Amino acid sequence: MKDTGAIRLTVNGARHDMIAPPGRRLSAVLREDLGLTGTKVGCDAGDCGACTVLLDAEPVCACLTPLARAAGGEITTVEGLTDETGTRLKAAFLRHGAAQCGICTPGMLMAAAALLRRDPSSDRAAVEDALGGVLCRCTGYAKIVDAVLDVAGQDRPVTAATGAAVGAAIPRLDGGPKVDGTESYGADLFPAGALLVRVVRSPHFAARFAFGDIAAWAPEGVRVFTAADLPGENRFGTIPPFADQPALAEGCVRMRGEVVAVVAGPPEVVEGLDLDRFPVEWMPEPPILTLDDARAAGAVQLHGSREGNILIAGRVRCGDPGAALDGAEVVAEVAIETPFVEHAYIEPEAGAAWMEGGVLVIRACTQAPMMDRDDTARLLGLPPERVRIIPAATGGGFGSKLDITLQPYLGLVTLKTGRPCRMVYTRRESMASTTKRHPARLRARAAADAAGRLVAMTVDGDFDTGAYASWGPTVAVRVPVHASGPFRVPNYHAEARAVHTNNPIGGAFRGFGVPQAAILQETLFDDLAIRGGFDRLAFRRVNALRDGDRTVCGQRLQGVGIGACLDALAEPWRDALARAEAFNAAHGGVRRGVGVASCWYGCGNTALPNPSTIRLGVTAEGRIRLHQGATDIGQGANTVIAQICADALGVAVADLDLVGPDTALTPDCGKTSASRQTYITGKAAEMAGRALRARILAMTNMGEDAVIRPEPGALRVSDGRGERRIDLVALEPDGNGYVLAAEESYDPPTGALDESGQGVPYAVYGYGAQMAEVEVDMGLGTVKVRRITAAHDVGRAINPALAEGQIEGGIAQGLGLALMEEFVPGRTENLHDYLIPTVGDMPEIRSILIEVPDPEGPFGAKGLGEHVLIPTAPAILNAIRHACGARITRLPARPDRVLAAMREAGR
Amino acid sequence: MADQARPETLREALAILSDGGRVAAAGCTDLFPATESQTLPGAVLDLTAVSGLRGISATARGWRIGATTTWTDVLRADLPPAFDMLKQAAREIGSVQIQNAGTVAGNLCNASPAADGVPPLLALEAEVEIASVNGARRLPLARFIAGPRRTALRPGELVTAVHVPMDTGKGRSRFLKLGARRYLVISIVSVAARVVETDGVAEALALAVGACSPVPLRLTEVERALAGRPVGELAEALDVGAVHAALSPIDDVRAEAAYRREAAVTLLRRALADLTGQGRR
Repeated sequence: MKDTGAIRLTVNGARHDMIAPPGRRLSAVLREDLGLTGTKVGCDAGDCGACTVLLDAEPVCACLTPLARAAGGEITTVEGLTDETGTRLKAAFLRHGAAQCGICTPGMLMAAAALLRRDPSSDRAAVEDALGGVLCRCTGYAKIVDAVLDVAGQDRPVTAATGAAVGAAIPRLDGGPKVDGTESYGADLFPAGALLVRVVRSPHFAARFAFGDIAAWAPEGVRVFTAADLPGENRFGTIPPFADQPALAEGCVRMRGEVVAVVAGPPEVVEGLDLDRFPVEWMPEPPILTLDDARAAGAVQLHGSREGNILIAGRVRCGDPGAALDGAEVVAEVAIETPFVEHAYIEPEAGAAWMEGGVLVIRACTQAPMMDRDDTARLLGLPPERVRIIPAATGGGFGSKLDITLQPYLGLVTLKTGRPCRMVYTRRESMASTTKRHPARLRARAAADAAGRLVAMTVDGDFDTGAYASWGPTVAVRVPVHASGPFRVPNYHAEARAVHTNNPIGGAFRGFGVPQAAILQETLFDDLAIRGGFDRLAFRRVNALRDGDRTVCGQRLQGVGIGACLDALAEPWRDALARAEAFNAAHGGVRRGVGVASCWYGCGNTALPNPSTIRLGVTAEGRIRLHQGATDIGQGANTVIAQICADALGVAVADLDLVGPDTALTPDCGKTSASRQTYITGKAAEMAGRALRARILAMTNMGEDAVIRPEPGALRVSDGRGERRIDLVALEPDGNGYVLAAEESYDPPTGALDESGQGVPYAVYGYGAQMAEVEVDMGLGTVKVRRITAAHDVGRAINPALAEGQIEGGIAQGLGLALMEEFVPGRTENLHDYLIPTVGDMPEIRSILIEVPDPEGPFGAKGLGEHVLIPTAPAILNAIRHACGARITRLPARPDRVLAAMREAGR
Repeated sequence: MADQARPETLREALAILSDGGRVAAAGCTDLFPATESQTLPGAVLDLTAVSGLRGISATARGWRIGATTTWTDVLRADLPPAFDMLKQAAREIGSVQIQNAGTVAGNLCNASPAADGVPPLLALEAEVEIASVNGARRLPLARFIAGPRRTALRPGELVTAVHVPMDTGKGRSRFLKLGARRYLVISIVSVAARVVETDGVAEALALAVGACSPVPLRLTEVERALAGRPVGELAEALDVGAVHAALSPIDDVRAEAAYRREAAVTLLRRALADLTGQGRR
């Protein structure tokens, strides 16, 4: 049987005769040939399970199933999950907030459906076994497992009364499409006839290169573009003064995966091209792959102007730490090393481009549409208004999708050919070429007095920022500001340097270097507490910042919640210590331990402007439109911003129509990063809501307590004394077509840092503390995290369910950082050598939401997204040490390292 | 151009294979991850439609596991306790999705040093049934896997089944896997142990270790020293030096070599203790 003739396929009960190679991946057949894009592709290797479908009722990875295998069988995809089990599952996923970014959701639903159809009363262990083959990077799995276990539960959607949206655990407003498979990600939508775009990448860390005869290589209909074809300035970067990265390398490459050529043409031709045969001659050069080599005297300088390969150094100094350390009662010192950490979102970069009139439209996954627009426009030599960025639903980002990736290649192809085009990164491309968490090599000393009060701390460290600047400056500046933790340290000096190597780019990853610094500081504080004979939690409580205290930057704080977070852990801490002690008295081969760690994190850019603007408009028909430009990559901005706005305006959430994000439709809400959207865009939404309300009340002469109800063609406004009606049809529409509108901007009031790092780097901070309970196998060094109790001060929980989801997801990433994640450039560019936690690795999580209102945040709210990851790893490391004595200084705490450290500790 | 043959009889399959240049495929759980192409590259012989290749049956001389038997098939088969370790390994291979597609013969032919299916089959003294247009032959599994990613298959040959002799299908068995996470993980070390107990004495036993040598290994020397001892002493009596001498692990992204050696001993002891009624640890 050769690949001739049709292959009969039954999908969701419908028969299709497919003319396609029998060895074609079923995932490609479903998505490309049948348009069933509910089945997602994350790795093409069976490592992530996103493409799980049912073949004769059994779950299989569609990416590993050749078309011929599926012929004659019954295939069910998420689109066909319409039986009672399926319908209930989808409702349970929505009810429990089991979908964040939603990219793994179809795979999770299919795996769960297969289990429940076989055994409707499956227990937790069976559910975990069934879901073990589907990776989720957002949720920490807790709400997914809860949803599957509660499939029979009653569907009682939480709704919020008008004026009471803030604080209500309403299901996410954009959740429906995520749980029924209709959400459209970067790879799911492209115009008919779109060219397929692929790129030629460097296999070397450092090399010069020259092209051969490209014209002779390119098959008919295939176009090739190189740096010479780029109309604009071939340089981009997230922080303009440091922009140093070419979209297409010119003569030399500084990292693996760097792009040298763009290839575009008909999909059937381009898909089959062997790009290893692309005519380029590489002349490899000795790469710089370690911090030591980068900083060695005489080392090759990656960028001419950056001496010693140092991109930037950040410093904070207050008091006289040297003198204070010398005379202190209790002194401790630690040094740690952390590896590259990969974001490992399940959606590889994907998007499409086309022309609309004279405007280049790029629809791709992103966290920062306006930055994409400006960078892409500059690279392509276009004015910004001729580029429109429409963020696709984004299947996870965690910082990496802040940087542009495929946008310039899509734009270049469409601009040069006039044709629409599309591109999807392979998993390997995504892992090899996109940014990572900076590896860190850090040292710290700290001292306390006899009463356990911190007197001094010094921190010094290098961060491997890789080949290009990206967010290296942010990491170098943020770390010294945060490395004290949320504690009073009267004498302090911290310096952090971002150092160039030929490694992958160190970019933004949930926490911008602060998680690495927290590992250093929190393990150091355990040393101090143990050495001084203080209870580890009490030591932190004594030193915790309070309202009115000054930070190491000299900033006076209000609304400080770290004390409340630590207090919330006091009782769980006593109980856990007692439980561990009792267990350890009865067992030898396995020992339990308890650890605690805290966090603080400044929300928004460090001492730099980062405004958000929100527009609200009322149409003549009586619809209220919220132009919401903050990209929701799963964290929940679409819901939270609407909740804030609804209460500020005084309408129900359901009265708001969400518009955007879209650079043509929504004002700039900045980037989804630095835990800034709830606070900064939320504040803009609050201000816009209040402004529109004030206008409506003034027009109707109504009191502060008036209720606004939109209806067709009118607004009805009533208070205790009476009711007025605004006839919207009678009003003149503005340039945006709105008869009533408000637009407000908010930029956090920060102040520049001086050369000692003194100033007001952030207007709002969030706080948290987590306690980990672990079990260590004394024979193997394996660690099982049993429970994490997480207390986070969110100021005001705008949506408690979404906040919990953030906590659980952050803990999963923190657990991965602590125990298993280590990206080795050139070696772990897949999801089976690079490990992220599965459902079976997650502990029980108890979230405690603390609300110490912030004077600046909307309704008192503070940021949360990054805070939740920061304490997890150090809490786990401190618990490991408590359990077995192992002091882990090189992450991750792989079993072999734990066992070795245990031996070193004499256990 | 990629092309794929999907015959329905073994005779047809062998004839196609004898023409040369084809890769035999079943679950494709190793073939697809090896390519970024959307279609299996090269010429492929898909065996999953061949009748008689899938399933487990009891024979007069033991058990026959057909080449395209999936790991899920193994899990659901009615087999004696000597096969418990094989089922325990089946449950640890990839995920449910992988177990539904991946096959027993595929796991052997892929010849990964860390193949979880191999240690239990070594401890069952499995034989590999091989066929070609020229006839059939059998090889002990230990000789079939010739090296990392290498087998003793000659051009035109196909694995058709794995046989477990009646004699070695006896006793109780245990498989233990050590990985850096719970699911979907390549083993740092895996061990399989089978003990045949008569009147409290280990009449026969089989031990195998995966991911600690170029190919998974039977520990025959170690077994010999333990045979005939009271089962309660097996774990304690395990000759650590002999285990270490037999293994030749490497340092890689998962663990260091020295740790693998030590973990192999720990896991073997635990498996033996589990099997002989001693509590773990």
